[in-house]
Amino acid sequence: MGILEVKGINKRFGGLQALGDVNLSVAENTTHAIIGPNGAGKSTLLNVLVGKLIPDSGSVMFDGQSVLGRKPHEINQMGISRVFQTPEIFGDLSVLENVMIPCFAKRDGAFRMHAIESVFAERGIRQQAEEILADVNMLEKNQMIASSLSRGDKRRLEMAMCLVQDPKLLLLDEPTAGMARADTENTINLLKEIREQRGITMAIIEHDMNVVFSLAERITVLAQGTPLVEDIPDNIKGHPKVREAYLGEAQV
Amino acid sequence: MFGLEKKDLRLLLIVVALVVLAPFILNPFPVGSDLAQFNAGYPDLMQRFVIFGIFAIGFNILFGLTGYLSFGHAAFLGVGSYAAVWMFKLLSMNVLPAIFLAVVIAGIFSLAIGYIALRRSGIYFSILTLAFAQMMFAIAYSDLIGNFLRTSITGGETGLQPKVSDPRILDAVVSSGQTPTAGLFGVEMRDSYVWNLGDWVFTFNFGYYFAGLIMVISFYLSIRIFRSPFGMMLRAIKSNQTRMSYTGLNAKPYTLAAFVISGMYAGLAGGLLVAMDTQAGAERMFWTASGEVVLMTILGGAGTLIGPVLGAGFIKYFENIISKINSTILHQWFAWLPDGLEDFIVAVIYPFVGKGWHLTLGLVFMLVVIFLPGGLVQGGQKFAGLFRRKKSKDAKDGATTPAE
Repeated sequence: MGILEVKGINKRFGGLQALGDVNLSVAENTTHAIIGPNGAGKSTLLNVLVGKLIPDSGSVMFDGQSVLGRKPHEINQMGISRVFQTPEIFGDLSVLENVMIPCFAKRDGAFRMHAIESVFAERGIRQQAEEILADVNMLEKNQMIASSLSRGDKRRLEMAMCLVQDPKLLLLDEPTAGMARADTENTINLLKEIREQRGITMAIIEHDMNVVFSLAERITVLAQGTPLVEDIPDNIKGHPKVREAYLGEAQV
Repeated sequence: MFGLEKKDLRLLLIVVALVVLAPFILNPFPVGSDLAQFNAGYPDLMQRFVIFGIFAIGFNILFGLTGYLSFGHAAFLGVGSYAAVWMFKLLSMNVLPAIFLAVVIAGIFSLAIGYIALRRSGIYFSILTLAFAQMMFAIAYSDLIGNFLRTSITGGETGLQPKVSDPRILDAVVSSGQTPTAGLFGVEMRDSYVWNLGDWVFTFNFGYYFAGLIMVISFYLSIRIFRSPFGMMLRAIKSNQTRMSYTGLNAKPYTLAAFVISGMYAGLAGGLLVAMDTQAGAERMFWTASGEVVLMTILGGAGTLIGPVLGAGFIKYFENIISKINSTILHQWFAWLPDGLEDFIVAVIYPFVGKGWHLTLGLVFMLVVIFLPGGLVQGGQKFAGLFRRKKSKDAKDGATTPAE
């Protein structure tokens, strides 16, 4: 029984069957990749998992509780954090503040009227934020305005914001999309480190086979909204069905 | 001290000093001189400075922090005013219960309106608040509810003011039958001490200092809100709502709380207006009044602490001083020029003063928005930066300082 259990998810957009009877099980303490050609339904599936889309039928259980019908912030409070394709950070705020906010969310829940207390008095939160920034090598940039960071740094910052919440499941939506080769390598190493040091369960949606095969412990291949195969990377590489789905797209 | 960082404390002290010394600062020219025209140190205007300062400080908590642009905040000011007058009519001419009720009623209204309007964001939110405010204006102007109940609630077009015949439960014993004047435990709001110093006249008005004290408290509270985790969340909402919800935070109660707080500030300002001048009319709920507080905040610097106060002072100064300049005064000023040139210059300047003060304000507003998007505060920072650079060229000041 995995920490995330997806059963029989269907989602139609008008005449298009975006997801058809999707089953997926992500085991605790693994890195699970979801791959597939363009239009396979990867992003739709991810949006179902985080509460942005409600499927027509099926169930999504996380840690023994149903996710369906909950709002994104409630799902996050259950322990699912998400990294976006283009980093979503608080661009107008400082790097330190960016990381302090998830700390507050973790400690105080979805809403708390702490309007008179001073931020400066929150030493515990500040320390927590500084520790995680040190972990991703961004401590010296903690007073910078987040929007002025380089793209790679924005990615690390977003990662830090997710990690500081100590999630049970980290969802990554094409974390290396549009990155230069060097940045991609850095991101892979960062993710490996996180995986090894913190033991966080990860689900990655990724296009780049190089990234997938360097990180994933299990892979699900989606095509036209339906899972084709689920297996360990070595078996996926030469799988005829996968070759068929990806024909002309990449050398698998 | 007071739970503030050094920098914020300094800012607070500056504001306190400005409020205390305003009768001097605003009256720099001797009575009778040509420039006495520009003196703004009379009680009525000084009261307006601080009261609209409170209005703008509150508006800034919503607009400056969350970025939600309400176009209907004057409605809460108006509701607060009516509530205060009713307190004067029914309970006592003491200003404290009146102001208290003004804040509470404005809070209730803003909770109801905010709850609905915050279902949308961006321009739709602005339009919803505008629609609500105009509806409330129409209801107040026609005294719709009063007519329905066969009595008078807002006084319709004539407005609402305390009358000699009102019950005033608490005051009835001591002062029945007297013309009602607002006061605080025996001291009247209009009481003033006038100090003649040579050619200069300085007026110290009790009402002004009372409103000033409340403004300083309001300003202090706004600093605390700005520097609190709550304030940080509000800025996060402005910055990225997607990240906000995927960080496990529910933006709606945060925005609603900011909306209600700013509505209560507006109600406080409305109550104070009534405390200074005991009447309320529907015109202060009109949409132009809502637009004015938006101008004040942006002109001074939205999202900065002191900006809205500066903006409020700036606009009220224009409204009351520039609008008083007429063609006779202009002719006096330029009398030293040859006649033809004098007439020409006066003809050029005239459209921008007197009734045309909006034109000047519009130009200033355009200039500020184009060249100083951060408002007057940014202008001040640039100005201060020039001096600082001259003083110490080698001092590294690369770190971006949070806005004051």
